[in-house]
Amino acid sequence: MRDVAVIGVGITKFGELWDKSFRQLIAEAGSQAIIDSGISGKEIDALYVGSMSAGRFVGQEHVGALVADASGFSQMHIPSIRVESACASGGLAVRQGYFSVASGMNDIVVIGGIEKMTDVVGTEASNILATGLDQEWEAFFGATFPGIYAMIATRHMHDFGTTREQLAQVAVKNHANGALNPYAQFKREMKLESILNAPMVASPLGMLDCSPVSDGAATLILCAAEKAKKYTDKPVKIIGSGQASDTLPLHGRNDICTFESTTYAARMAYKQANIEPSKIDVAEVHDCFTIAEILAIEDLGFVKKGDGGKAIDNKITTLDGKIPINPSGGLKAKGHPVGATGVAQIAEIVLQLRGEADKRQVKDAKIGLTHNVGASGASCVVNILEAM
Amino acid sequence: MAEGAVPRFWREIPQRYNLIGNKCNECEKVFFPPRESCPECRRKSMGKMKDFKLSGEGEVLTYTIIYEASEKFEGQAPYPLAIIQLKEGPKITAQIVDCDIEDVKIGMKLKSTFRKIQDDGYVGAIYYGYKFKKRN
Ligand SMILES: [Zn+2]
Repeated sequence: MRDVAVIGVGITKFGELWDKSFRQLIAEAGSQAIIDSGISGKEIDALYVGSMSAGRFVGQEHVGALVADASGFSQMHIPSIRVESACASGGLAVRQGYFSVASGMNDIVVIGGIEKMTDVVGTEASNILATGLDQEWEAFFGATFPGIYAMIATRHMHDFGTTREQLAQVAVKNHANGALNPYAQFKREMKLESILNAPMVASPLGMLDCSPVSDGAATLILCAAEKAKKYTDKPVKIIGSGQASDTLPLHGRNDICTFESTTYAARMAYKQANIEPSKIDVAEVHDCFTIAEILAIEDLGFVKKGDGGKAIDNKITTLDGKIPINPSGGLKAKGHPVGATGVAQIAEIVLQLRGEADKRQVKDAKIGLTHNVGASGASCVVNILEAM
Repeated sequence: MAEGAVPRFWREIPQRYNLIGNKCNECEKVFFPPRESCPECRRKSMGKMKDFKLSGEGEVLTYTIIYEASEKFEGQAPYPLAIIQLKEGPKITAQIVDCDIEDVKIGMKLKSTFRKIQDDGYVGAIYYGYKFKKRN
């Protein structure tokens, strides 16, 4: 196996992009990454695309071929692979592309992630997101996607004394970061009171504890590390990658307050990178709901189990904290076009490690981590990156 | 749920109407819904999974009050939804009925009850199954 580096990134603005189609979004992010990396189209060996549910959101499957075509590669007949793992589809597409270059089969691959979620109306977007849950044994009985995370929050509050205010403070922090991110769906700060007073969705989670419905795409160019310097002065190496699964329904898990998919994926990635969690300078974690960030920083080993809420009070996760979490604004403020999220997380870490994150730059960031969760934790992908 | 496919509901009737799970005769662990094999014993459990009827008794492990429901549940919101630790071992997700939403607590003792679960507007079908109510 050989080392692999990210040599280019592309990201569209996230948000309700009614004037942009699925094809336009992926083509826009793709051309940005190609320009950023300086490669030419004929050097690309394969495409990997993460998309959770193009079939339900825009009525279009066969996403691999579509993306190759929309990106202008139809005459080159490049192999193109669609990857699905609910909201972790993007992170998993990166991992699959990484394998293909690490194995030596490919030298340069393009990784895309995309979701176009605002073409459906009413409760349809929520229904589609809920397909990542167990349809027969959770959704059938009245569970919603926020409802499942709400049950984690209730138990976390009961076991560890986590408070409603601590949950809301996660959103306050991520909105403060999002306000500094030009790609973010919500480029504005949010007051604690607004979050606490928002209408309830599933107690204890209110509307502003939830990440939004978004359109957007992100892309990366992966290249064999030994050839990376040919294209860029600032390649960023993937030094660890892990993935794990768990029971589809939350109720099947050993512990309601731990995502073992995260703990196992993280262990795999830390082991490969040969580092401890304390070595991570910056992380983008999967905050689809405020409670999810609290769970993530515990399960990734940044704080002890149960201390996730206190970490917010102690401000260790802010931009200038000990372990800055979600400098991009996270899913909460940057937006969460599900298939794009895992790829966008890595794009953000690459910018951070190159020192190009502008106003949201984490000082002296050398090693970064991304954490991408499928629905309510039945799958998880963790990637660790280091500036070369 | 995907619309329209009625057999998809019929084949789950024994479980949803009567809480029929199964038991691994190798390690005695009980499962709901029934599984083809035991995740602990795997190969050794093949052909040794036996039907097992659950008592429907359990307690609240965690819960939420759903305010924003999908359209099939809209008439019911707000409603309590819980993960219930059943006496025999499995945990399941279900609604709690016949009680004020303020009264739902972790540890609350419950008993299953047979109820209408949801309306499927598309084929006009009404689906039934288990919910839970307070037990003294
Ligand atoms: Zn067994």
